[in-house]
Amino acid sequence: MTDASTGSVTPATPRAASGVLLVLAHPALERSRANRALAKAAKALSGVTFKDLYEIYPDFAVDIEAEQAALLAHDVIALQFPLYWYSTPALMKEWLDLVWLHGFAYGEDGVALKGKKLFVACSTGASAKAYHMHGYNRFSMDEFLRPLEQTAHLCGMEWETPFVVHGASVKDDAALKAEAERYKARVASLLPAPRVSGKAEA
Amino acid sequence: MENFLTQTLVYLGAAVVSVPIAKRLGLGSVLGYLIAGVVIGPFALSLVGDQADVMKFAEFGVVILLFLIGLEVQPSMLWDMRKAIFGLGGAQVLGTALAIAAAALALGLPWQTALAVGLVLAMSSTAIVLQTLDEKGLRQGPVGRAAFGVLLLQDLAVIPMFALLPLLATGAAGHAADGGGHGGGSLVAHLPIWAQTLSVFAAVAGVIGGGRYLVQPLFRFIAKARLREIFVAAALLIVVAVASLMQIVGLSPALGAFLAGVVLAESEFRRELESDIEPFRGLLLGLFFITVGAGVDLPLVARQPLQLLGVVIGLMVLKFIVMYGIARLFGAPRRGAMAVATALAQGGEFAFVLLSFTVGAGVIGAQLAALLTAAVAVSMALTPVAMILYERVAALMDAAIPDVVPDTGDFDEGEPDIIIAGFGRFGQITGRLLQASGFKSTVLDSDIEQIELLQRFGRRVHYGDATRLDLLRAAGAERARMLIVALDDREKTVELVETARKAFPDLVILARAWDRRHAYDLLANGADAVERETFESALALGTTALQKLGYRAHRAHRAAAFFRRHDRRVFEELRPMWGQEEAYILASRDAAKTMDRLLDADLHRMRPGDAGGAWDTASLDEELRERAEREGAE
Repeated sequence: MTDASTGSVTPATPRAASGVLLVLAHPALERSRANRALAKAAKALSGVTFKDLYEIYPDFAVDIEAEQAALLAHDVIALQFPLYWYSTPALMKEWLDLVWLHGFAYGEDGVALKGKKLFVACSTGASAKAYHMHGYNRFSMDEFLRPLEQTAHLCGMEWETPFVVHGASVKDDAALKAEAERYKARVASLLPAPRVSGKAEA
Repeated sequence: MENFLTQTLVYLGAAVVSVPIAKRLGLGSVLGYLIAGVVIGPFALSLVGDQADVMKFAEFGVVILLFLIGLEVQPSMLWDMRKAIFGLGGAQVLGTALAIAAAALALGLPWQTALAVGLVLAMSSTAIVLQTLDEKGLRQGPVGRAAFGVLLLQDLAVIPMFALLPLLATGAAGHAADGGGHGGGSLVAHLPIWAQTLSVFAAVAGVIGGGRYLVQPLFRFIAKARLREIFVAAALLIVVAVASLMQIVGLSPALGAFLAGVVLAESEFRRELESDIEPFRGLLLGLFFITVGAGVDLPLVARQPLQLLGVVIGLMVLKFIVMYGIARLFGAPRRGAMAVATALAQGGEFAFVLLSFTVGAGVIGAQLAALLTAAVAVSMALTPVAMILYERVAALMDAAIPDVVPDTGDFDEGEPDIIIAGFGRFGQITGRLLQASGFKSTVLDSDIEQIELLQRFGRRVHYGDATRLDLLRAAGAERARMLIVALDDREKTVELVETARKAFPDLVILARAWDRRHAYDLLANGADAVERETFESALALGTTALQKLGYRAHRAHRAAAFFRRHDRRVFEELRPMWGQEEAYILASRDAAKTMDRLLDADLHRMRPGDAGGAWDTASLDEELRERAEREGAE
């Protein structure tokens, strides 16, 4: 009956902050081949705590305390989502609004996230060409992700280079598989464990 | 006074002891009362004396019953029922009377006596039939309507019978008496026929007119006094007044009460009247059944057991066959016809009255009347048993042919994803959601009315008690992905979950829980998930309440979501303790404290202006203000 039990996998001992908190927001994951493939690859890594927001909070009633505790328990916060209207899906914005509060995430006393890394993984429908001064979206991905970059900055977090999959819906299975492997390696590189430290990004 | 108290003690005691036991044994309350009556009656323990006075008093229960039924019957509905009343009812009275008369004739009675016996025994017991149908959940719907139509016509038929029966006198006793019981109350009996008829019409007009124009202002006047007991008294007064009026003009008091009820059915005081009078109905009817039980002449039963048994069985079988045939002729489905015929197969309370009347009129001999009285009483007592028998037979029929109603889809129509057990108020909603989402479901329900209704809308619904393993199998439980138990019965729900879990280990079982404890019970017995039946709707109403109290919709919604989460958390926390009574009570008291604290915290956090929480910008505002001041100072 607990709604939290269905969508999240929590490591056994959440003592000191460690590992990656991978927060996924996709309102129709059953339709998204790309995000499913990416999430499946990344959450298989040990040290990754996976949260599927739309599965845990179908009614948008985000549990503030639980989410803040999860943020505190990890030193890398990874946000994975499809780009909707050049922004995050609604529930991820709700999650940010409710959980990343003044006095917790930012402000004079808000130091909970200080020193942690913020990593964004984003899929787009359009091809890479569109996200260009001369493309129909006119701005680059970096520019569209500025609000999140600034969020990291205000919270005293390190901004990691985002991971972007363009044209996600038109990619064939082989291409998606390659992207998923690339994603997995990238997330692994964010984990502090020594056995993956030698691996460089492909 | 002392005697009255002792009598009351005996009646109430007998009822309180025997009715719950009978209910527990699945026999129904009517049989419980009847058994109580037999036990305390003059022929067994002899705790109560002469039944005649009590009987008269108790018959008033039938009057009240018909008044209450009248209240539920709008005049337009009565018009809709004309086929059931005059067609079905008329056919039943005539057909049964003739069939019984023929049987009596064959047994060697003179034709006049045979016809009288037929007419008297054609009556059924309104009280027993309606109470039994109510308990089986059959009163609303086609079976109940048909039975009620027949009973109503029987009530009407009693009036001409009082006129006709004396004509059948064989001359032995002559016209010495104008009948003890029923006709005795009539003050107009000595008047010429036209005056009698006129007085009948005047009385009926009086009831209708009075109901229309007198009762409303009277009740408004009383309602202003705000004295509840006077309202109850007034309600009783109406029923008694109408009953007396009817008695004066020689009509059936029950019929008059019914008429008064119909007249008042559209009044604004209908609900009030209903709830005020309801308790009297229950008690008096109970008393009525007890007196019937006490009236069973045990020595007679002992002296002529075979003869009595023969009469009872002959009577019930004959009545059943005739009614079944008529119902089928009128287009009822087989099962419905069976239900109506079984329900109406006993002799009625009018038989007692009519029998004493016919003895007085010299139509039927005293000995035969005593035998028939006993037979009628026994047949009344057997009605609940007959209904149980009917249910068994119906269930057997289902078992023999798994798809009861093959024309409207059956178990073979592709394999279901989901089996829904119980398709009442709860199961319907769940089922509709799943069906609308494209999942195939098979529905099992044991309420034939419900099934007939749903089948009319083309749903795949099947009759049957889902706790039966063979039926679950036939419904496809081996291949289905999920079983949803949405029964209305706590024990049956647990039983079904347990049975299904053992038989189908891979089946996902979801169950409707009555309350928290029932929910734990179901989980312990193998349910994968449960939902307390009132939880979500109560929360929704609470949300609406918050909005009406001035919360903005989203805030109210969030308050409910917060509450839901807390409650579910507590539910999980207390689950391991389930079974250890002490610990549970302790923990739940603790949970109440937690709830207090949480609600308190909730209140503060959601109150704008307080520190912390969602969309509360107080601390940010302060910081920004300080910064502005600093910057201003620089």
